[in-house]
Amino acid sequence: KVTGVGVGVGVNASHPLTLEELNVVEQVRVKVNDAESTVAVEFTPTIPHCSMATLIGLSIKVKLIRSLPERFKVDVHITPGTHASEHAVNKQLADKERVAAALENSHLLEVVNQCLSARS
Amino acid sequence: MPAGDPSRAGLCHRPPSFWVCSGCISCSSVPAHKRPFGFPSWLARSCLENTDPRTRGRGIQLLSQVLLQCYSLLQEKEVLHLVLFYENRLQDHHLVIPSVLQGLRALSMCEVLAPGLAVSVLKAIFQEVHVQSLLQLDRHTVYSIITNFMGTREEELKSLGADFTFGFIQVMDGEKDPRNLLVAFQIVRDLIVKNYALGPFVEELFEVTSCYFPIDFTPPPNDPHGIQREDLILSLRAVLASTPQFAEFLLPLLIEKMDSDLQSAKLDSLQTLAACCAIYRQKELQEFLPSLWSSLRREVFQTASEKVEAECLAALHALSACLSRSVLSSDTEDLLDSFLSSVLQDCRHHLCEPDMKLVWPSAKLLQAAAGASLRTCHRITRSVVPLLLEQYTKHPQSSQRRTILEMLLGFLELQQKWGHVEEDESALLSLRAPVCSVVFSAMTDPSVQLQLVGIRVLTVLGSLQGFLSPPDLELVVDHLLRLILHEEDSQSSEAAMEAAGSLAPIYPQIFSGRMVPRLGEELQSEREEEGSRAPRSLQQRCLQALAAVSTHTSIVRETIPVLLQHLRRVQKGSEAGNAQDVVSVCQSLHRVALQCQQDAESCWYYHQTVVPCLLAMAVQAAMQESTHPLQGKALLEEEALAAMVPVISAASTHLSPELAAQSVSHVVPLFLDGEVSFLPQNSFPCSFQPFEGGERLEAQRRLVALLMAFVCSLPRNVVIPQQERLLRELLALSCSCNCPFTATTAAKCFAGLVNKHPAGQQLDEILQLAVNRMEPGLAEGPHRTQALTLLLWVTKALVLRYHPLSSRLTDKLLGLLGDAELGPVAADGFSLLMADSPDVLHKGCHADVRIMFRQRFFTDNVPKLVQGFHGAGPDVKANYLKGLSHVLNHLPKPVLVTELPTLLSLLLEALSCSDRVVQLSTLSCLQPLLLEAPQIMSLHVDTLVTKFLSLASSPTMLLPYKARVIRALAKPLDDKKRLVRKEAVAARGEWFLLGSPGR
Repeated sequence: KVTGVGVGVGVNASHPLTLEELNVVEQVRVKVNDAESTVAVEFTPTIPHCSMATLIGLSIKVKLIRSLPERFKVDVHITPGTHASEHAVNKQLADKERVAAALENSHLLEVVNQCLSARS
Repeated sequence: MPAGDPSRAGLCHRPPSFWVCSGCISCSSVPAHKRPFGFPSWLARSCLENTDPRTRGRGIQLLSQVLLQCYSLLQEKEVLHLVLFYENRLQDHHLVIPSVLQGLRALSMCEVLAPGLAVSVLKAIFQEVHVQSLLQLDRHTVYSIITNFMGTREEELKSLGADFTFGFIQVMDGEKDPRNLLVAFQIVRDLIVKNYALGPFVEELFEVTSCYFPIDFTPPPNDPHGIQREDLILSLRAVLASTPQFAEFLLPLLIEKMDSDLQSAKLDSLQTLAACCAIYRQKELQEFLPSLWSSLRREVFQTASEKVEAECLAALHALSACLSRSVLSSDTEDLLDSFLSSVLQDCRHHLCEPDMKLVWPSAKLLQAAAGASLRTCHRITRSVVPLLLEQYTKHPQSSQRRTILEMLLGFLELQQKWGHVEEDESALLSLRAPVCSVVFSAMTDPSVQLQLVGIRVLTVLGSLQGFLSPPDLELVVDHLLRLILHEEDSQSSEAAMEAAGSLAPIYPQIFSGRMVPRLGEELQSEREEEGSRAPRSLQQRCLQALAAVSTHTSIVRETIPVLLQHLRRVQKGSEAGNAQDVVSVCQSLHRVALQCQQDAESCWYYHQTVVPCLLAMAVQAAMQESTHPLQGKALLEEEALAAMVPVISAASTHLSPELAAQSVSHVVPLFLDGEVSFLPQNSFPCSFQPFEGGERLEAQRRLVALLMAFVCSLPRNVVIPQQERLLRELLALSCSCNCPFTATTAAKCFAGLVNKHPAGQQLDEILQLAVNRMEPGLAEGPHRTQALTLLLWVTKALVLRYHPLSSRLTDKLLGLLGDAELGPVAADGFSLLMADSPDVLHKGCHADVRIMFRQRFFTDNVPKLVQGFHGAGPDVKANYLKGLSHVLNHLPKPVLVTELPTLLSLLLEALSCSDRVVQLSTLSCLQPLLLEAPQIMSLHVDTLVTKFLSLASSPTMLLPYKARVIRALAKPLDDKKRLVRKEAVAARGEWFLLGSPGR
């Protein structure tokens, strides 16, 4: 039922394409289980050394947390085999405390918010 | 009677006679065991004897349905025949059985069932029916039959002995449906509680029920039966914990399940254990105590869940209580003692490591055990308290000492629970000196946190009767005084005041003899060294402490004179800003008044002492003002008078009617006739005439505030002398006085009296008088505002008591909303009408307040407000919105949520109103709606988001709502409708961005 939310995250104003348009996020790589309240999103960085991977992941995660009912457990990770430091990024994204800490950093929050508001 | 004629059967018309066989020929042709007594033979032949089991089933079903309707009309003999018939039919084809059971259920409800039949029915069911192969409904029927018989034929069933139990075990073995289980558990519980013979089947009975433990059941979505997991848990627990006979089987099961990974299983086991302890004796527990203790300890030491911890502690408490209860026979071992020994052995050493993780779990375990009984408390404190005292001296750091002292506090609080017991005290008494020295050392420690715990321990020690010796008490008072007066941290000094307040009623002499005089000196000494003025905060603290310690009649008699004396000194002082000092004294006096209210004697003393004194001081100041107007008098400032109002009010609300009447006979003549004789120091230079005209009497008129505080607080049954005259004077004053304070006060006083005035001609006359004065005043002239204030207060007084005139006055007020000059004030007046007023017209001062007045006001006036809004000119529209939002804001939330949807469009309009008060109060109205009625709100989400966003052009104003709105919007994220979810996502996203960096 929630698949329609969509992950409308723009990278930034100078990069006018959305993640969906860049094929970073694809509908087939989004798994939603309403009954068990879980959402899993796999995203594919544009190049294996993409320096923005963590930021993209964080933005997706923040967007989902803000947009989904609290009952959902959100899991955001890199499509296996598509990024050089896949493991490290995944670990960072899965760590609740690090995500929370990142959002307390006003600089990082600013960048994330820019990503989320670019399209509107 | 012609056989086979259905019209003669008379099913509908004469059911009872239907059973009386008229002896027709055909009856004799069907054997009796196949045909119930009186059953019409045509029916019997066509159905009951039919070779097709379906048709037979339908026949029996028909019969059973009829029986269910009319079982109460059957005769004993008829029942006998029917029972024989049905028992016989139990052997029939399985398709027939459900209907047979229905019939038996009808018969089981018959009062005239002959002795022996219940047993025979049950035997037949046990023997012939394999219950668990039936459908759920039919199994339920069997349980119902058993329940019915158990309810009415207990003795008879008991004659079956253990066979009944065994039969039932077989019936319920394998049951899976939660609806049936609830009934089955109830039956088992009755079996046990009503002492049916279990015989050799105890273990079987346990097995057949305990196999469901722990209950793991999630009701299916949209379950129409509404059975919750909790229902099953409680009903199974009632079975398992119903008899000590189950103990040997149950306890190992509980120990096993406590080890489970499932938290729910753990909790259920612990709660069941606690329930069992209520009926177990030490015999049942003995064998399992070591493993129970080790499981409980393991859980408390390891768990991260507060809930598990709390249940473990509760279980340990129950266990200890159970062991304490068991009466010892001389030859058995005292299990309690050995159990507590192992608890102490495992926990005690952890108390010595205040920095380690296990210190609190250990302390909690010990306290849970100690709280179970006097014996456990004694045994554990005897061992633990000396250890804690020793550890306190061993650990020099404040944080460690604080932990240790907090644990000590816990144990002492338990001691408090058991109160005054001699044997018990000797153990603790021997520790008096070290305990006191530890507490005093904590109170002198620089760490505020440690001081605070020290003060709490001291409070507990003080409440243990006879623990503190007189020299200790003197030290206690000195320490408290030091903290109150000289400790920099206000938290400590406040805690010390509270401690003094709670100890004072236990040791009134030492507090009135030692603390009050010191506080009084402190207040005075400060005055003498006027040059180097001591900080005002010290004076403040003395005043607060004097109020805090006034918790006993004898102390009140000491503190009141000190406070009044101080007030006199403040009044004589000439520095600027001492209105603030007056306010401080009044706050202390007010607190004392509240503390005195419950005790009739203190209350009267207080009233008699304080009220005349305050009046005398105020009157004197007002007269000096009249003669020497240039000398500013602190006592007469609005702020000071306003602070005296609650004092006088609190001193008067709890008076008995006789004493109140006595007092009122002095106060009213004082104001009406200048009768000053009852005041102390009553030699005044001129006369007191607050209601007379004249510029110079302005100061005297202000004292109407004190009159209001007094007369408006009296119980409703106290007769006020010369009330009519008083009301007229107040009315005149409120309409004509130039000073807003005086005019408002007079209006409030008038309203307060009118609210309590008995209904009748007199009231109507005075109200007519008021209306006559108000109307021209409102129309024009210099006193329009005063007239409006009077209108507001009188309307409030009448709205509260549902007086018929109130609607006329409200309409007048509604009309004023369109007035260019008075409109905004009238709009704010709606807040005054709906809110509780602090000094008059509330329940506390005996006003006549109907409980639903707000709802009623809403229903009567909101349509008019809405109508007025639509008809109003653009410059006054805001007034209506403001009035509306005030009314809505004070409405109880549940009412608001049901009523708001109709007003929603208007509220949305209010959001675009430029008045900030309107915006804010509208937002507060919308917030609960967003939370509780997303369906309705979803229709307007679009408008809302736009409105909110346009408000967000001043983000600083919206910012305070950010967190609340985000929380509120979390719910519609999960709405059923996609559109709602989509809008909620959009709105919530925007709110997250509001005021954040990077927008």
